[in-house]
Amino acid sequence: MKTFGGSVLFLDRSDINTDEIIPAKYLTEITKEDLKPYILEDLKLPGFDPKGAKTRAARVIVSRANFGCGSSREHAPWVFEVNDITAVVAESFARIFRQNMFNCGMAAIELPKEKIDRLLGYAQYPDTAMAVDVAGQTVTVRGGGHEETVSFDISPFDKALVLAGGWVDYADKKY
Amino acid sequence: MGKTIAEKIFASHLVDEPFAGTYVLKLDAVLCHEITTPIAIADLIARGKDRVFDATKIKAVIDHVTPSKDTKTATQAKILRDWARRHAIRDFFDVGHNGVCHALFPEKGFIRPGYTVIMGDSHTCTHGAFGAFAAGVGTTDLEVGILKGVCAFREPKSIRFNLHGTLPKGVYAKDVILFLIGQIGVNGATDRVMEFRGPVVEAMTMESRMTLCNMAIEAGGTSGICMPDQVTVEYLWPFIQNEYPSKDAALAEFRKWWSDDDAVYDKVLDFDVSTLEPIVTHGYKPDQVKTITEMAGTPVDQVYLGSCTNGRLEDLRIAAGILKGKTIAPTVRGILSPATPKIYQDALHEGLIDIFMEAGFCVTNPTCGACLGMSNGVLAEGEVCASTTNRNFMGRMGKGGMVHLMSPATSAATAIEGKMADPRKYL
Repeated sequence: MKTFGGSVLFLDRSDINTDEIIPAKYLTEITKEDLKPYILEDLKLPGFDPKGAKTRAARVIVSRANFGCGSSREHAPWVFEVNDITAVVAESFARIFRQNMFNCGMAAIELPKEKIDRLLGYAQYPDTAMAVDVAGQTVTVRGGGHEETVSFDISPFDKALVLAGGWVDYADKKY
Repeated sequence: MGKTIAEKIFASHLVDEPFAGTYVLKLDAVLCHEITTPIAIADLIARGKDRVFDATKIKAVIDHVTPSKDTKTATQAKILRDWARRHAIRDFFDVGHNGVCHALFPEKGFIRPGYTVIMGDSHTCTHGAFGAFAAGVGTTDLEVGILKGVCAFREPKSIRFNLHGTLPKGVYAKDVILFLIGQIGVNGATDRVMEFRGPVVEAMTMESRMTLCNMAIEAGGTSGICMPDQVTVEYLWPFIQNEYPSKDAALAEFRKWWSDDDAVYDKVLDFDVSTLEPIVTHGYKPDQVKTITEMAGTPVDQVYLGSCTNGRLEDLRIAAGILKGKTIAPTVRGILSPATPKIYQDALHEGLIDIFMEAGFCVTNPTCGACLGMSNGVLAEGEVCASTTNRNFMGRMGKGGMVHLMSPATSAATAIEGKMADPRKYL
């Protein structure tokens, strides 16, 4: 099982799409590692720099509704994976992106809007870090001398995929 | 309690229910292209499991960048080609025979009512037009599909869209689906099957139904789906005539898939399309829509006609009907990409290609190309494209470029005027 936690990248907008996460022109790469420099290259958000220190340090992303909409490209979770971002916490996800995350043994965690609002409040603290405990179904955020833990729901299947390390290993044993 | 068509397909393909609410289904078709399949192939090789569950149920095409534009895309094509040969995948379509996957595979008769279909491509929902459950998936789902012939899904809750009335002149399936996405939003159907019903759908050709289902994903939908009827039988008849004693027998068989009258839906939405106007997107999300009346006059640099949404013969006929005897504005680059070689050839024989070329269009080979900014019509920074494709995300057709989605008719009228124009005055 991968580890989920560390420095947080806050992307405060809904409908962040797969073209913004990894533009189509890079889909000609045939190894996951080759995608690494292009993470979130076309995402335009105030104060966000795809090549900045915050992006490089990030291990978790917190965002709004319908995260990962658009293309089926698994290059979107992969570009996170090769940049050591293994969890996205959002109000909701597009189906294919969400399944791709779990299929890769990574975590796509859904929380209600008011809890995402609280987490986004931690964006102001430079030392904010987050731990995502998939087995225990909690997210713990620390920053600016504050700390809080919120619990989340996850489908038992998606949880099993994370614990198995992904869908290929799971399916190969079972089917 | 009755079942929806999606629930019937799930029940008939269920292999396992590992947890409540998770359904592992047997797959009837696993479709592959050169962008999302090579990494699945590489992973299977690395695992020492370079096998396919059933070579007759796997269909593959090189379509996104073809003919290859550089070493990287040539390598992707070669990986898919070598794999198809290695596993004796008979239905593999290479240069000279290849076209946009979601136009090519239906044209070959590969998709049937009641099928389960996956592909590493979000617009796989197109195939629901045939009464199939067809879902776009990522590379890992595709990999498991190739190896094991199964895929896992959540419960197939459906939203039923009853489309009443008749489509006015100049208004097409593309306008209907853009309107519906505008109504429910880009995540209005997430984790839902979009079931299209009513007299408007019944009156549609298979091409129009494919256009309708193609954009289900732009509302977050898992699959679009239509009831397989006489129109479906007629379309598929050349491929199924040896399987059924008569068209009536085929229809009776297909009819079994229809949603029951007492099926339970997550939502039922009713729309009358009789007063609908041609629709155009603005902004960077497919649910940001306006009528052509509101958008008319907006200048464009390029008009792109093609893609899995609107690159079929019906689309070319509609656009050519407007372009006949006219030339496009000198400030506009017109690009036509017929979606398959057959469509291209039929358009040639019908004289449509002459009409496009005399109007000033460049005609490219069938490819996904410009739709996702990979080749054959990428935009420069600040340029605007009127496009019959399905996605208007920022930078989709080229970094800094703007895409306005519309019907083939509206795009043809727009090409003539060099700015967004109402197609109804040309009909």
